[in-house]
Amino acid sequence: MPDHTQTYVELKHISKTFKNFKAADDISFSVEKGKLIGLLGPSGSGKTTILRILAGLETADSGEIYIDGKPVSQIPAGKRGIGFVFQNYALFRHKTVFDNIAFGLKINHWKKGDIQYRVDELMELVGLTGLEERYPKQLSGGQRQRVAFARALAVQPQLLLLDEPFAAIDAKVRKELREWLRELINQVGITSIFVTHDQDEAVEVADKIIITNHGRIEQTGSPVEVYNNPRTPFVVQFLGNPISIDHTRFKGFRDTTADASAVIRPEYITVRKKNEPCPHPATTEEGIVERVAFRGNVMELTVRVHGQHLTAYRQLGQELIHEGENVNVFLQRIYLIGADGESVTIAVDESLRRENG
Amino acid sequence: MQVRNDKGIIKWILIGISALFLITMLVLPLLYVIITALRDGFAAYQNAVTDSYALKSIGLTVKVTVITVIVNSVFGLFAAWLITRFQFRGKKIISTIMDLPLSISPVIAGLVFLLTFGRQSIIYPFLEAHDIQIIFAQPGIILATVFVTLPFISRELIPVLTVIGNEEEEAAALMGANGFQIFTQITFPHIRWAFLYGVVLCSARAMGEFGAVSVLSGHLRGLTNTMPLHIELLYQGFDFTGAFAMSSILIVMAVIILILRNLLEYRGKKELET
Ligand SMILES: Nc1ncnc2c1ncn2[C@@H]1O[C@H](COP(=O)(O)OP(=O)(O)OP(=O)(O)O)[C@@H](O)[C@H]1O
Ligand SMILES: [Mg+2]
Repeated sequence: MPDHTQTYVELKHISKTFKNFKAADDISFSVEKGKLIGLLGPSGSGKTTILRILAGLETADSGEIYIDGKPVSQIPAGKRGIGFVFQNYALFRHKTVFDNIAFGLKINHWKKGDIQYRVDELMELVGLTGLEERYPKQLSGGQRQRVAFARALAVQPQLLLLDEPFAAIDAKVRKELREWLRELINQVGITSIFVTHDQDEAVEVADKIIITNHGRIEQTGSPVEVYNNPRTPFVVQFLGNPISIDHTRFKGFRDTTADASAVIRPEYITVRKKNEPCPHPATTEEGIVERVAFRGNVMELTVRVHGQHLTAYRQLGQELIHEGENVNVFLQRIYLIGADGESVTIAVDESLRRENG
Repeated sequence: MQVRNDKGIIKWILIGISALFLITMLVLPLLYVIITALRDGFAAYQNAVTDSYALKSIGLTVKVTVITVIVNSVFGLFAAWLITRFQFRGKKIISTIMDLPLSISPVIAGLVFLLTFGRQSIIYPFLEAHDIQIIFAQPGIILATVFVTLPFISRELIPVLTVIGNEEEEAAALMGANGFQIFTQITFPHIRWAFLYGVVLCSARAMGEFGAVSVLSGHLRGLTNTMPLHIELLYQGFDFTGAFAMSSILIVMAVIILILRNLLEYRGKKELET
């Protein structure tokens, strides 16, 4: 039986400095065969730099990269067996769609018949059959991107790198393409790493996410794990829609350290109307609804409690809450950032803690 | 309304000034050249341009121009590639030095070569021992012309190469293409119009170059006289028909180049838009 969790790509202590700016600082991570990894981080955090070093377009100042167990630092970009989808696709503007996809095959001396067959196959895979003779400028953004995928996959690389593959595409098509990509990668079964600064994208698509900041890796793990258990202050502040609060004013967290700063996400705040049952009266706060906004699939409420503004969501099916209404507010859990600015702990509401023993 | 009227007047004044200027500076002199060339009749014109020295000077000019364009094409492509695709210390200095011929007077350029390869030079004994003649011979003329037109092609290429970026090249490299394949299949299609435009400018300048060539040529009739030098010689010998007849040929060549230039510029612009 084949080992399904074997490491395919491994980066060890990769560093890269431009002039005196550290774009990659001691980066280490590994990717298992067949998995889709999301590299998530704010602009300028070094995501592209990592991809480019991996592809051989940039050389690291120090560190080692292993692909399929072999060190690749001495192997030129063209021989690493990597497919790369550039942020703005970098399609060959002077070549037709067919010639774009066939380029790598021709370079690798494929036979004419084989090239025709392979291109046809790829065009079908990405759903562009019939557009072979078009030039990139005659395609829509989404179509260009599909060509870029097909081109990157043409020579059957073992590793696919995608630099913000959806950045240049409008929101709606983006969602479709995201699912399409996920399916495509499953279908081809290729190990892939994609870069994004859109957390929804990373969380939805990736098997594992790596969060970068200032050239360093902040946290690595499955999307659920990283989302629920952020381990560094940066990750706490970066994921979800965090709001900073003064936790010492809330009854449920009186026993937590006072010198830490606290962050809460809307999904951990429950807002109930006064006439609705209140399961934890001891630690429930009272607040005034200041704003109600329709967010498409939920209502977003801005509630003032102890002079602080909290954001919370409420399901559409529930009875409407109006602006100016007095409501019960319950905070399930908060993230505490230690006074040293390095550690993160989760604090759960006192009543809940007692309930769960 | 008032404003628009003002603008109309200003426009017409500007058009008038420009037209007057162009007529006195360009059209009249050119007409004068043609008229003088033909004033003794077409037969005289034909005699003047088929004179053996005239033919030899035309031949030499064509030869010098072709060699210069070839040399500067190769140099221009390499230099532009180097400057836009590599990071290295001293890049600024190189690109500044490359533009030097544009700001140096051609006569000085000629003198520099005269000093480098002439009798006073330390390498002159070597050249003489091997029977290599540069000064007052065709190699000197070619050297001077190459120098004067050195930046013409690279200067056209550098902005285009900068605009198109190197992502397509990187994509090709990742698919295993080597430098030559990348250049011929990916990069060159982007720059071909700019390149041809540079070639045209370079040819125009090479054909007409007088100053630097004049210093180095030694004015040997039929041997080292290019068209501009031959024209000067005829003119100083009071052979106005001959001088202006030869000039008219240069003018026709210039007009052809002007038309080519506009065509290429148009193609190049269209290319950049896509
Ligand atoms: N060739 C270079 N020369 C100098 N600095 C560079 C170079 N490439 C990247 N940098 C710097 O390194 C840092 C990381 O860049 P990188 O492109 O990896 O960021 P990124 O995470 O991909 O950002 P974005 O989301 O905006 O694409 C940036 O501050 C950038 O200015
Ligand atoms: Mg980037």
